[in-house]
Amino acid sequence: MNSLVSARRSYIVGYGLSFILTIVAFAAVGMHLSSHHQTPNDQILMMLLVVFAITQLIVQVVFFLHLGKEPKPRLNLMSFLFMILIVVIIAFGSLWIMQNLNYHMLHGTDVDKYIIKNEGIHH
Amino acid sequence: MSQELAKQADDKTLFGFWVYILTDCVVFACLFATFAVLRFNTFGGPGAEELFSLPFVFVETMLLLTSSFVCGLAILAARAKNKKQTLILLAVTFVLGLAFVGMEISEFSNLVHEGNSWQRSAFLSSFFTLVGTHGLHITVGLVWILTMGWLIYRRGLERNIIRKLLLFSLFWHFLDIVWIFIFTIVYLLGATL
Repeated sequence: MNSLVSARRSYIVGYGLSFILTIVAFAAVGMHLSSHHQTPNDQILMMLLVVFAITQLIVQVVFFLHLGKEPKPRLNLMSFLFMILIVVIIAFGSLWIMQNLNYHMLHGTDVDKYIIKNEGIHH
Repeated sequence: MSQELAKQADDKTLFGFWVYILTDCVVFACLFATFAVLRFNTFGGPGAEELFSLPFVFVETMLLLTSSFVCGLAILAARAKNKKQTLILLAVTFVLGLAFVGMEISEFSNLVHEGNSWQRSAFLSSFFTLVGTHGLHITVGLVWILTMGWLIYRRGLERNIIRKLLLFSLFWHFLDIVWIFIFTIVYLLGATL
């Protein structure tokens, strides 16, 4: 019975935190748009949103999926962390490769100017 | 002893389903990567900031989050062997999920009617694929709730039915976690960048 009480508390805490994180994320974007992209500015807002999303991921994994509370060997946790590694490689790897391709595929005369400026090449 | 064996069987089933969920995460990661790469390739068409309404997405997000929470409460009711409460909470989970899918379908049909279907640009193709795949998962989950409700109604909270219910709750929480990244990357970042 006691485990049910603590499980209920875990769901309520998880829901409350997720609720707040969601509202804060939307409010930050609303503020950004209504202040014509001034406060918070683009870079800070992007970082904030990423931080909120990752925090909410952790909140829901801990409080809803109860990850990390299993007895050893923690196979669920291990496989989860491995999945995170694969996901990071896929997502950031794709972005990296495609950005690099874009960089080398700029059209016409722009490519010369751009590369000369970026790579510090002088005629 | 048979209790111990039954618990081992439960653990194995749960772990197997957990591995399925992790591979599904990799599927979504590929779709997210595709979306991130194609995001600005609008082919002269409208971008994210013109197409999406944030209050609308906020309501969708709250519906799904609450649905995920209520599903957790249904698990607790099932573990406490309270059949009636379990069924009521599952019904609430179902209604919230259905409202979410309904909003998503209306969003999609509005986009298509305005001529912004998946054929409009690479950005919209990747958008419909990513969000549509999530919506499809939710729809499958809704069918699953109906079958679970029927099973519980007919046979009560037997051990193997509670196990099935646990698998469903993992699936439902996982879909809400995927949605965190959809609303952040597709809608919030889309509205600002």
